[in-house]
Amino acid sequence: MLRIQNLQAGIEGREILKGINLDIKPGEVHAIMGPNGSGKSTLASVLAGRQDYTVSGGSVEFLGKDLLELSPEDRAGEGLFLGFQYPVEIPGLSTTNFIKTAVNEVRKYRGLEPLDAVAFLKMMKEKMSLMEMEQTMLSRSLNEGFSGGEKKRNEIFQMAMLQPKLAILDETDSGLDIDAIRIVANGVNKLRNKDNAVLAITHYQRLLDYLVPDFVHVLYNGRIVKSGTKELAIELEEKGYDFIRNEMHQEEEVS
Amino acid sequence: MNNNTYLKESFDRLNLPGSSPLSSIRKAAFKSFDVMGIPTVRHEEWKYTRISSLFNKEYQVSFQNPTSLNAAEFAPLRLPGHEDASELVFVNGMYVPGLSNLKASAFGITSLEEAAANQYSEIVSEHFNHSSKYLTDGVQALNTAFIDGGVFMHVQPRKFVKYPVYIYNITDARVASVLSQPRSLIHIGQGAQVQLVETYITLGTSESMTNEVMEIVVEQDAILEYYKIQNDQSSASQVSTTHIRQVGKSVVHTVTVSLNGGIVRNNLHAVLGARFAEAHLYGLYFQQGQSHIDNHTIVDNVMPDCQSNELYKGILDNNSTGVFNGKIFVRKDAQKTNAFQSNKNVLLSENANVNTKPQLEIFADDVKCSHGCTIGSLDEEGLFYLQSRGVPKTQAMALLLQGFALDILEKIKPAPIRAYVEDLIAQRLTADVL
Repeated sequence: MLRIQNLQAGIEGREILKGINLDIKPGEVHAIMGPNGSGKSTLASVLAGRQDYTVSGGSVEFLGKDLLELSPEDRAGEGLFLGFQYPVEIPGLSTTNFIKTAVNEVRKYRGLEPLDAVAFLKMMKEKMSLMEMEQTMLSRSLNEGFSGGEKKRNEIFQMAMLQPKLAILDETDSGLDIDAIRIVANGVNKLRNKDNAVLAITHYQRLLDYLVPDFVHVLYNGRIVKSGTKELAIELEEKGYDFIRNEMHQEEEVS
Repeated sequence: MNNNTYLKESFDRLNLPGSSPLSSIRKAAFKSFDVMGIPTVRHEEWKYTRISSLFNKEYQVSFQNPTSLNAAEFAPLRLPGHEDASELVFVNGMYVPGLSNLKASAFGITSLEEAAANQYSEIVSEHFNHSSKYLTDGVQALNTAFIDGGVFMHVQPRKFVKYPVYIYNITDARVASVLSQPRSLIHIGQGAQVQLVETYITLGTSESMTNEVMEIVVEQDAILEYYKIQNDQSSASQVSTTHIRQVGKSVVHTVTVSLNGGIVRNNLHAVLGARFAEAHLYGLYFQQGQSHIDNHTIVDNVMPDCQSNELYKGILDNNSTGVFNGKIFVRKDAQKTNAFQSNKNVLLSENANVNTKPQLEIFADDVKCSHGCTIGSLDEEGLFYLQSRGVPKTQAMALLLQGFALDILEKIKPAPIRAYVEDLIAQRLTADVL
């Protein structure tokens, strides 16, 4: 589904990703963990098409297409979703109005008719209850004045409405209490099936208690330095990122 | 001095009778105009708005040219909701009863000259030309000198005018360049309630200029909503003065929407002249091409315990330019004044620009005043957020801009007018290759 090969990217002339390789297949959940500044959010941004970043090498193939050639909206059309670490507040635009536009634009991209009002409302109701959201929240301006938990729930609600093939969740757990993490992770779990995949980017292991990954990768200094199964996340939690740092430094000394 | 010879000749030709109650005011006004002239950019209040060249040409002065506009030509110019609304039509500054339609019985209209001589004479003598105290340029004086065709409007006390009153200022520039100078004094009686919607329409492509002065007196317990919709052609420039004087505890709610035109200058004044008077001033300008919008507002807190709230939002595209100048006076006696002001601007082009200036002059010591302004480009982060959800960039921009404008549009209470304005903005956002 997603194949990242030797991806190098940076911002303002500073190289942050120094050769990332990653393969994600349908039905899989991957977690990327790493200390602050390791390049986690850069990877998410580059995959979603944020313009501030420049790709200096490597390739990303998504469902057979060259992802890096597509505009952010076309990436969404192809089935990519980015759950923002800091969802943006949009004054004057209600969540309902916004998601309706987004759903129909994505459908248009996929050659489908726009949803009629009845079908849209039915779908919205269903996804709202999935995320334990109130109707009033959706009629308010998008994310404006929302609590941290509300914002993240709204992200997963949007994911549910857009039904992506690959969801990249950028530190969706940051700033959330344990109840909010549970709601968010349960939402994601219910949306999982054999045809879609999740790439969860996180600093801490606690999200992965609820959203159990098939693979865990450790990102350090712009590279994936260690990959394993969910036990790796537990090991990281116990030993802290220092153990990765120490390993890396030993390797550098040896070479 | 400016090239005002033709105006002087026109004025002399009027040969005003000495006995008419307004003649002396008019003669004095022309003298003031002659002394002050048309302001240049050296005038502090006109630093960013250049109108002298607009007056440096020979216009047809309106009253010499009664209109040829007929009902069939007027029909397509009418605003949505006109089925219920009362309509007042001014052509080249002159009130045209034949095209007007007064449906509300509580609303009366007569010429200024007549009003000055009949039972309204006291109101006229007390309030007519009060705006001149707030303007130190010759433009207002020029209007006062040429008030032929000006009107006095009156809303009876304790009457609720159910449907809005539409005021059309039509400039017929199909044959020649025209200077129209509408003038009105509106008296909102005690406890009355009315919605006024004013708009400007220029016919023909000759360059035209509208120099309007509207003075409104709001009595105790009255509620006034005033909406100004400016969406004229680029050959049509205007200086539009709306002077609202609250002489009793009353509520004033204004929304100024400026979408198109040549050089447009609005002077909006709210004089809070009684305790507990309340004024809300909202504005939205969305400019493109070479257009220029200048909103000069004054909130004058004369008496204690008054409240005002001002929010102007602007979107400027292409080479358009904008000015916001918000003056708040708090007079010595106006303790416990509560005054807020905010001006927010989005520039869509590198060539667009805006000058914004809050001006607070406070002479009382127990007051709450705040002001703020912002100028920026469209929020890149918001744009990316919407795009990442599949919304194409141009549409994402449109959604962001509509969201930006929403809190002003919500302040337009007559539903057909709000829908009309929203539609104009939506059309612009889809037509525009932003």
